Amino acid sequence: MEEHGVGAAVRTAPGTARRTGRSAAEGSGRARPDTVLQALGTRRFLISAWPWRALLHAATTPLSALFFGVPLLVLTLPLYLPAFLVAEARDGLAAAPSAGTVPALLASGAVLMAVFGPLLALPAGRLERFRLRLVDGRDPGTGHRPPAEPGLWAWLRRRYTEAATWAELGLLVLTTALFAPLSLGLAMLGVVAAIMLSAPLLASEQVPLTIGPVQSETAAEAVPMMPVGVLMLVAVVYAAGGLAGAHGALARALLRDRGTAELRAELTEVTRSRARLVDAFESERRRIERDLHDGAQQRLVALSMQLGLARLDLPADSPAAQSVAEAQEQAKRAIAELRELIRGIHPQVLTDRGLAAALPELADRSPVPVEVAAVPDERFPDHIEGTAYFVVSEALANVAKHSGATRAEVAARREGGALVVDVTDDGRGGADPADGTGLTGLADRVAVMDGRMLLSSPPGGPTVLRVELPCQ
Amino acid sequence: MSVEAPAVRTVLAEDGVLLREGLAGLLERFGFEVVAAVGDAGALAAAVAEHRPRLVVTDIRMPPGFTDEGLRAAVALRREHPGLAVVALSQYVEQSYATDLLDSEGGRGVGYLLKERVADVQEFVGQLRRVLDGGTVVDPEVVRQLLRRNRDPLSRLSEREREVLGEIAEGHSNAAIAGRLHVSEAAVGKHIGNILAKLDLPPSDDVNRRVMAVLAYLRSGADRR
Repeated sequence: MEEHGVGAAVRTAPGTARRTGRSAAEGSGRARPDTVLQALGTRRFLISAWPWRALLHAATTPLSALFFGVPLLVLTLPLYLPAFLVAEARDGLAAAPSAGTVPALLASGAVLMAVFGPLLALPAGRLERFRLRLVDGRDPGTGHRPPAEPGLWAWLRRRYTEAATWAELGLLVLTTALFAPLSLGLAMLGVVAAIMLSAPLLASEQVPLTIGPVQSETAAEAVPMMPVGVLMLVAVVYAAGGLAGAHGALARALLRDRGTAELRAELTEVTRSRARLVDAFESERRRIERDLHDGAQQRLVALSMQLGLARLDLPADSPAAQSVAEAQEQAKRAIAELRELIRGIHPQVLTDRGLAAALPELADRSPVPVEVAAVPDERFPDHIEGTAYFVVSEALANVAKHSGATRAEVAARREGGALVVDVTDDGRGGADPADGTGLTGLADRVAVMDGRMLLSSPPGGPTVLRVELPCQ
Repeated sequence: MSVEAPAVRTVLAEDGVLLREGLAGLLERFGFEVVAAVGDAGALAAAVAEHRPRLVVTDIRMPPGFTDEGLRAAVALRREHPGLAVVALSQYVEQSYATDLLDSEGGRGVGYLLKERVADVQEFVGQLRRVLDGGTVVDPEVVRQLLRRNRDPLSRLSEREREVLGEIAEGHSNAAIAGRLHVSEAAVGKHIGNILAKLDLPPSDDVNRRVMAVLAYLRSGADRR
C-alpha cells in the first residue's frame, strides 16, 4: 500500500522519521555506510564511490573558503591586527600601539563580525549543507526556522537570533582557517604523488626530477618512484576521506537542527496542552450529556407521560383532548431531538461498552453500507476510544459525502502499543487533505493524541484511511 | 378500569424520582401492583428476591456507574428467576443493549423500549401485557434501524414482509398487524409464513417462531462484532 503521511504524520514526523531512519540504518548499516567516515572502515572503500565524493568535497573546500571565508577574514581584520602590531613593536619595527588601540580594534572587529558575519554565513551554510551531502547521506535538516511573520525585519531578527546562523558562522571560520589549508596541503601531496607516478615520463637528463633526496635523470631511474607514488596516492585518498569525513562530521554537528531539542520540548508542551484541552473538552461533553440525560430528558419524558395520562381522562373528541394531544406530540418531538443531540455530544454506548459495540452502531447509521470487520473487545483509555470513534464517524461521513463508494469497511486492531483503525472504501479515490474535506481536522485530532494518520487514495480508489493512536 | 385479577406484581427500577413516581402511578392505574419502586440496580435485585414479582420494569442507566447497570441486572434476574418478565427502558436506540436482553432465556417475555414510549400510555401498557404473555417487544426505533440495514437475511424479504416483521417485533398479534397495515388478517398470515420460510424457521411446537424471527434479525446484527 502506498501511503503518504498527511497532517498529523507530518506534524509528528520527527519521532517517526527518526524511528524509521534508525531502523533503516540498523537494517543495512553494514552494507551501505551513511558517511565517508563509516565507509573508511570498510574494505571496499577504495573501489566505492566514496573516495571520489571525499575528493570532490576536499577539493571544493578551498573554493568555498575563498568565496565566503576570505571576505570574512578581511572583514574581521581588526581582530588579528593587534597581534601583528604587538609583534612588530616587539621586533622594533614599529611604535607600540597606543593604549586604546587594541581594545578599539578588537571591539570593531567583533562588531563587524557580528553585523556582517551572518550575511556571509547564511549562504555559506547553505553551500555547506549542499556539500555535506557528498560525505554524509543523512539529511541534516535546514537548521533554520521560518520567521515568525512575513517581512524583511522579522526575517533578519529570526536569522540573527537563532543558533543555526551562528553555528554556520563558526563552521565558516573553521572551514576557512583549518580545513581549507589542510585541503590545499592534501592537494599538494596529491600533485607530488601524481608526479611520482608519472616520473618515468617526466624524468630526463635535461630536466632531472628531484623529489626530496632522490634525483632521477632517466626514465629507468625514475621507475622505483612509481610504487611509492601509488602508495602515496592511496594515502592521499585515505587522508582525503579522513579530512572530508571529519569536516563532514563537524559540519553535521554544527548544521543539524540545533533548535530541535528546544523546539521539540516546545512542541511536546504544545501537544500536551492541546491534549489537556481535548481531555477537558471531552469530559465537559460527557458532563453536558449527563446533565441533559438526567435532567431535561427525564423531565420531558415525565411531562409527556403526564400528558398521556391526562388524555385518558379527557373525552377523546373534546378540544382539550386535542390540545393535550398536540402538546404531547411537541414533547415527543423535543425528546427525539434531544436524543439525537445527546448522541451527537457523546455516544453513550461508547462509554458503556467501548469501540467493539460503538463502531457497529455507528456503521448502522451510515447511508453507505459499512462492514465492521474486526474490533478488539478490550477497552482503551477514554480519550483513545473517543478519538477513534470520532475518526471513524468523520471518515464514514466523508465516505458518504465525497467518495461515491458503494461500500466501506471499518477494522481496528491493537498493534503493539497502538490502536490502529482502518477505514476503507471502494469509492473513486483521490482524497486529498488539501481539499479540506475534513481530513485536516481529523489529522489535527489525531495529532493531539500523538498519533499518526495515513491516507492512501489513488485516483480510482480504493481509499484507505489509517489512524494509529499510541496507548500504553 | 381493568377487571382482570389479580393485579400483576411489579417491581419498578428508575433513578429519576419524577419518572419513577409517574410510572408507578401509571402502572397502578392500569392494574399493576407496584410492590417496590427502587432507584438502583442493587436495590432492584434485592426487591425482586424479596417480592417475587411477575414483571420488572427497569431503567438501563442507573447508579452507581450510570452505564448499563439496569440492563445487566435484568439479564441476571432473568437467569435467576425463570419466567420473570422484564421490560427495559432506554434513553437510546442501542441495538447491542437490545440484543443482550433479548438473547436471555430465549427472548420470551422481554421488552426493550425507548423511555419516551411511556407517553403513549395505552400502547405502553399493551406492550407490558404482551411481554407478560411471553411475547417479545422491541422498540420500533431499534427495529427500524435493523430493517434499514441491507443485509442478509434481511435482503431476502420484500418491503411488505419487512414491515410485517417490524410489527411482529413490536409484539403485535396478527389481528393487530392487519389493522395497523390495513390488510386482511389472512394476508398477514401469508406474509408471516413467507418470512418464516425465508428465515429458515420450520414449524415446531416448542419455540415461538415469531420470537425466533425477531431474534434472527437481532443476531444478524450481533454476528458482526
